[in-house]
Amino acid sequence: MDGAVPLFRMEGISKRYGGVRALEKAELSVTPGSIHAILGENGAGKSTLIKVMAGVVAPDEGRMMLDGSEVTFASPAAANQAGIVCIFQELSLVPELSVADNIVIADPPQRFGMIDRKAQRRIAEEALARAGAADIHPLALVKDLPLSRRQMVEIAKALARKPRILILDEATSALTAADVAKIFGVLKRLRSEGLALLYISHRMNEIAELADQCTVFRNGGNVASYAAGSKTDNEVVELMIGREYSHIFPPKPVRAQADAAPVLEARKLSWTDRLDNVSLTVGAGEVVGLGGLDGQGQRELLLAFFGVLRGLSGQILIDGKPVAIASPTAARDDRIGMALIPEDRKTEGLMLPMTVRENLSFAALDRLSRAGVIDRAAEQRLIDDMVGLLAIKTAGLDIPVAALSGGNQQKVVIAKWLMRQPRIILLNDPTRGIDVGTKQELYQLMRKLADQGAAILFYSTDYDELIGCCDRVLVLYDGAVKRELVGAEITERALIASALNIHGDDTSLKQGADA
Amino acid sequence: MKDWRYWLAEQRGTLLAFGIFIVMFVIYTSNHPAGFTANVVQTASNKGVLLAFIAMAQTLVVITAGIDLSIGMIFTLTNCLASWLVIGTGIETAFGVVAVLGTGLLCGAINGAIVIYGRLQPIVATIATGAVYFGIALLLRPFPGGSVNEDLADALTGRLFGVVPASLVVLLAVVLLVWVPFSRSVLGRAAYAAGSSEMAAYMSGVPIRRGKFAAYALAGLLAAIGGLFLTFFTYTGDAAYASGNAYTLFSIAAVVLGGVSLFGGKGSAIGAIFGALAFRTIGDLLFVFDFDPLWQPLFQGVILLIAVSLGAFALFRVRNRLEWFL
Repeated sequence: MDGAVPLFRMEGISKRYGGVRALEKAELSVTPGSIHAILGENGAGKSTLIKVMAGVVAPDEGRMMLDGSEVTFASPAAANQAGIVCIFQELSLVPELSVADNIVIADPPQRFGMIDRKAQRRIAEEALARAGAADIHPLALVKDLPLSRRQMVEIAKALARKPRILILDEATSALTAADVAKIFGVLKRLRSEGLALLYISHRMNEIAELADQCTVFRNGGNVASYAAGSKTDNEVVELMIGREYSHIFPPKPVRAQADAAPVLEARKLSWTDRLDNVSLTVGAGEVVGLGGLDGQGQRELLLAFFGVLRGLSGQILIDGKPVAIASPTAARDDRIGMALIPEDRKTEGLMLPMTVRENLSFAALDRLSRAGVIDRAAEQRLIDDMVGLLAIKTAGLDIPVAALSGGNQQKVVIAKWLMRQPRIILLNDPTRGIDVGTKQELYQLMRKLADQGAAILFYSTDYDELIGCCDRVLVLYDGAVKRELVGAEITERALIASALNIHGDDTSLKQGADA
Repeated sequence: MKDWRYWLAEQRGTLLAFGIFIVMFVIYTSNHPAGFTANVVQTASNKGVLLAFIAMAQTLVVITAGIDLSIGMIFTLTNCLASWLVIGTGIETAFGVVAVLGTGLLCGAINGAIVIYGRLQPIVATIATGAVYFGIALLLRPFPGGSVNEDLADALTGRLFGVVPASLVVLLAVVLLVWVPFSRSVLGRAAYAAGSSEMAAYMSGVPIRRGKFAAYALAGLLAAIGGLFLTFFTYTGDAAYASGNAYTLFSIAAVVLGGVSLFGGKGSAIGAIFGALAFRTIGDLLFVFDFDPLWQPLFQGVILLIAVSLGAFALFRVRNRLEWFL
């Protein structure tokens, strides 16, 4: 840009994994005091680029310049030393250690060769406060924190390292709206302090609010750089996917009989302090959304249906008949025919080291086997159908599923359940951290399944998705359904207002301290 | 939540082990014909500290999510070596002690190097090195024998001021000089981090390799202290295969009893020490009740099973079944 000296430059960076080229002669310049957004689909090379910058991956060719002199990083620690700190999409926190331990983990304060716990506590408290997360106790174990809090710890940890270049890779994808607002404030302050920030996100509104400059990646190379705001969202998305971009969301059918008998029904479901008298219905062919701030009981509600929670009170009805669902095995049984696409595909959805084939057929093995022996031919047919239906991009069925891109991994999770032809599909924020193209395919698939008669309950943290995909949206707050929005009532304004519980009949806003 | 509640949650395993030990020890001494006397405590502590040292050693490795199946053999090897070297004048004895401890450290370092730099599974690597260490011990002492500086031996297995067992004092000193600095150092934290999530630790720039290496090496050192004490008690060296293996297995039992997670990243050597003392006391309970010693393994096994199950009680309270798998 206008004569500003680049703090960091990457030139002609290439990286191949086996036959797959992840980066091809990629270029990037980073200037101090600016926020630089990087856009691109999954598999476009963003993640590899970041990993090269952060010292996780060594490039095959190309060079990196820091302050005008060439550098190479042998490890993440070396990159940190040079002032490049990355907040990875996949959390890099150690679960059994405390928040404070994690924040200072790379370079703990020491006295007489031992870690100075008082100083550590002080640094941790400062960093948490800087990240706007002073509500997190420094002594809490990371494994006891929900995902959104962990993400805040991750950000605090990065700030404690006093970076010159801070890279945020989908850092806000697990955050609540209130946290995102705080983080944006923090990032803007860091920019004014002269830091260079690289910001990777799939959320266009975030990029519009934050970025000074944008670079679009496609097929391992940078295809365009432009000043933020100089292109429309549609133009940007076209650059990213490299094809004509029409409607993201498939059209919603006009529902003829809104009062068809519900397939799935909940009556006054309560569970510990997380669910509070939740009643809802989902009809065949209907996509019902769950909205609200993150962590208001949406996840627990889905788990309750799927037989994971114990000590549940209230009733679950399938086709109007009360049922007791004691485990996921019972939930997926043909009489109920339920599937849950979990929140965290890496731990709850996939067995990462096992092959694509094995992962695909896990949930349907009972259907594919006779007397305990798997019918390989039937398995293959079904797998071929699914790979075709979902357009899963994989180098083969016998490679570990971990080798696939995030979007394709998520497709495997979904395909695995579709192999059972479920009648009731529960989705827990299925598009978190996946690219625009795959998202679009998922929206279409969801509508297609509904049109085929499936009842779909869809939790999303992305309001646009709820608006674009759902026939109805139930907004949860503090474990209870606060509002139901139908058809044209589903607007961003209505969603946000009811998510914050500032609009509606219930005026008794919960106040006071957290438990 | 208040700070102390976090502390309590962290120390739960250790406190539970402490509780089990106290209960067992009270039952033991109150039924002992001699009762709670300095003599009874001295004998009990001399028996207990051997396993306590080995359990501490095992803890260090288990924290890194590894396991050291050679630990009992390092114990045996250093016992045999001590029966040759820890003898003679003060200077000679001191040199012998240093040589024995150095040997333990070296054995542990070899384990660490193979596991970390050779990238072998800890189970496989330490079964192999354990066999090597035992082989060397056998060459050193084909038959039980040798001797030790008896002045030193008697001083360290006797009583201080007529009441406090000296072996307990040594145990405490080792905790303060080895465990406390390690657990509070950057290396110790690296060992915990590597055990909890090696990938996250790596991505955070933690010195994983050095942390794990230090854990394995110090485990060897602690096992050597145990071997030294065995020599002080028995005045001889004995390359006993069964005893070495028994110590390895008992160390794992003591570690689990002491609240150290075999999945790594969690627990403390203090807990393991109480686990070891409790385990030993359980073994001795039968004698005060005048049972046939034949019953000892069965009895010890059942009590161990019950004690370990205590740790699983929390699972009954789990209301979200996904937490079973955390």
